[in-house]
This record gives sequence, structure tokens and C-alpha cells, in this order.
Amino acid sequence: MKALALLTALATGAILLYGTMDFPAFGDPQSPAATHLSAYFIEEAVRETHVPNLVTAVLGDYRGYDTMFETVVIYCAGLAVVSVLRKKKSRAPENKS
Amino acid sequence: MRLLQDQIAKQKLGESLIIQTAVRILVPFIQLFGLYVIVHGHYSPGGGFQGGVILGASFVLLALAYDQKFSMKYMSEKANNMLGNAGALIFTGTATLCAICYGGMFLDYSALDKLIPLGPIGWRSFGIFVVEVGVGLAVMSIMASLFWVLGSNGEMDEGL
Amino acid sequence: MIWILDLLILLLVVVCAIAAINVKDLLSATIIFGVYSFLMCLLWAEMGAVDVAFTEATVGAGISTVLFIAAILHTSRRTKD
Repeated sequence: MKALALLTALATGAILLYGTMDFPAFGDPQSPAATHLSAYFIEEAVRETHVPNLVTAVLGDYRGYDTMFETVVIYCAGLAVVSVLRKKKSRAPENKS
Repeated sequence: MRLLQDQIAKQKLGESLIIQTAVRILVPFIQLFGLYVIVHGHYSPGGGFQGGVILGASFVLLALAYDQKFSMKYMSEKANNMLGNAGALIFTGTATLCAICYGGMFLDYSALDKLIPLGPIGWRSFGIFVVEVGVGLAVMSIMASLFWVLGSNGEMDEGL
Repeated sequence: MIWILDLLILLLVVVCAIAAINVKDLLSATIIFGVYSFLMCLLWAEMGAVDVAFTEATVGAGISTVLFIAAILHTSRRTKD
């Protein structure tokens, strides 16, 4: 059983490594992901928002929905944990049994 | 194996004078660094999320070195919950204020120029700052209350 | 991107991942998981994604390790298998 699991893991790893051969090179400016939006952000973000850190400009302004719902997700997770696990101390012990 | 848990039961673990003194000196600097990370997110790596986690980690550190009651002297449960709600409300409230009151798009901070004239570009920069403060408050409250609830079995007493 | 440093970090990441699932002591596994998070943080920083590295260092190595330790102290420290 362990040999089968190892074989599966090795085969998956080999397929994934084979898949990376078609990737563009690291930091390639001609790759499809870097030609459309990245150029716009790099050229216009400082002029449009006056924020030198591009990551903050994109997270806070251009992709504000993402950041807002990320905060809402974390808030809901914390709310769920607190409301499920928090025990109120019973001041008057009413259960006699 | 059970040794650590037996020591926990006797409340002897972690009550070391060296660790407690070091933590007491270190915690204000950790909180100052967290505020720096939030406020300086425009110019350096960081932002609301990371700074909020650092601020929450300072309370977790207090709760680990002392007991949980001691860390709740610095930030009570009610104040913590109120800060978390205020953080989430700052973000969504700013976004909604742009949309409803001043005729812009949702999350379009430049519409707030009619409220205080900073210029549309200035408001886009300042709006990011306001939003980051909201994220930082919410994340700080959530991280601290997660550890308090999970560490004390939901009873909010001595804790680990 | 220095490929020798990259290779070294990736090798250590794999070693940490294998060690974390093979060790019997769960507290040791948690600490090795923290080391794994720090190596991932180093990898992000080395590839130029400093914000992601910051998040990984604070959340992955800081808070989640503490939460794992809190869970271990409330259950048992040894695995059955």
C-alpha cells in the first residue's frame, strides 16, 4: 500500500514537473500575464493614487473588493469561533441534577 | 508525554522570571512595530493585515508568558470585540459612504472629496490608509480572541 | 533569483515536509512546521515577493504555530500511528 502511495506521489510530481516546462521564464516581461495589466499598474499607479508601494495600491484601491471580502471572511471566521466555543459562566447553577 | 500536561495542570510551566521580564519589556516595542507596519504600508512592505497580526501576536505573547487574565488586563474582552467590529465597520462604512452619500462608485475613495477637500488623488491615497487601519483593527481583534477562546476552552479564565 | 540558493531552500523545504509528517512527537512536528513556514518565507523574499513573505512570516510561522501548540496542550502530545 505504501509503495502504491509513493508511486502515485512520484507520478503526480513528474506530471507537474512536466507541466512547468511550458511556463514562461521567471520575470519574463513578454509573458502573457505581464503584458496587459501589469504595465498599466506600473505606469499609472503612482500618478493615480500617490502610493509608491504598488502592492498596497493594487490591494487597497484597484482590487478593493478582494481586500474587503478578505476582511469580511476573517471577521466571520472569528465571529463563528467565538460564538460557538465561548462559554458563559453560569452565575446561578440552575441544573440541580 | 503527560509531563507537560501535568505541569500545565499545576500552573508551573512558563512562569519563568526571565521570560516574563523579557516579554514585559518587549511587548511595547512589538506593538509599536505593528503600528509602524500599518501606517507605513504606503511606502514599505506591510499593510493592515500584517500589522494587525503583529498587534494580535503581542497579546498572544502576553497570554503565553503570563496567564490569560494578565493579557486581558491590557485589552478587555469587551473592548476587543468592539475594536474588531469597528474595524470591519470602518472598511465597509467607508466603501458605502462613497457610494451612497457622495455619488461615487462603491469603494471609489475619490468621491469623498466633497466631504473634505483633499483632491481626488489625495483622497485615493488617504482612503487606502483609512481602509488599512480598519483591516488592522479587525485582524488584531480576531487573532487575539481566537487565541483566548481556543487557549482557555472558551472560559476566558487562566488559559494555557 | 540565485539558483543555488533556490535549490538549497527547496531541498530544505522538502526535508522539513517529510520530517514533519514522520516525527512521532506532535510538538516537534509543530516546530518543524514553523521552520517550514520560515523557509517558505525565505523563498518568497528571495523571489522578490516581499509582502507575501511578510504575511507568511507573521501568519504561518507566528500565529498558526501558537494555535497548533494550544491545540496540542489541550489534546495529546503523541500520535497513535
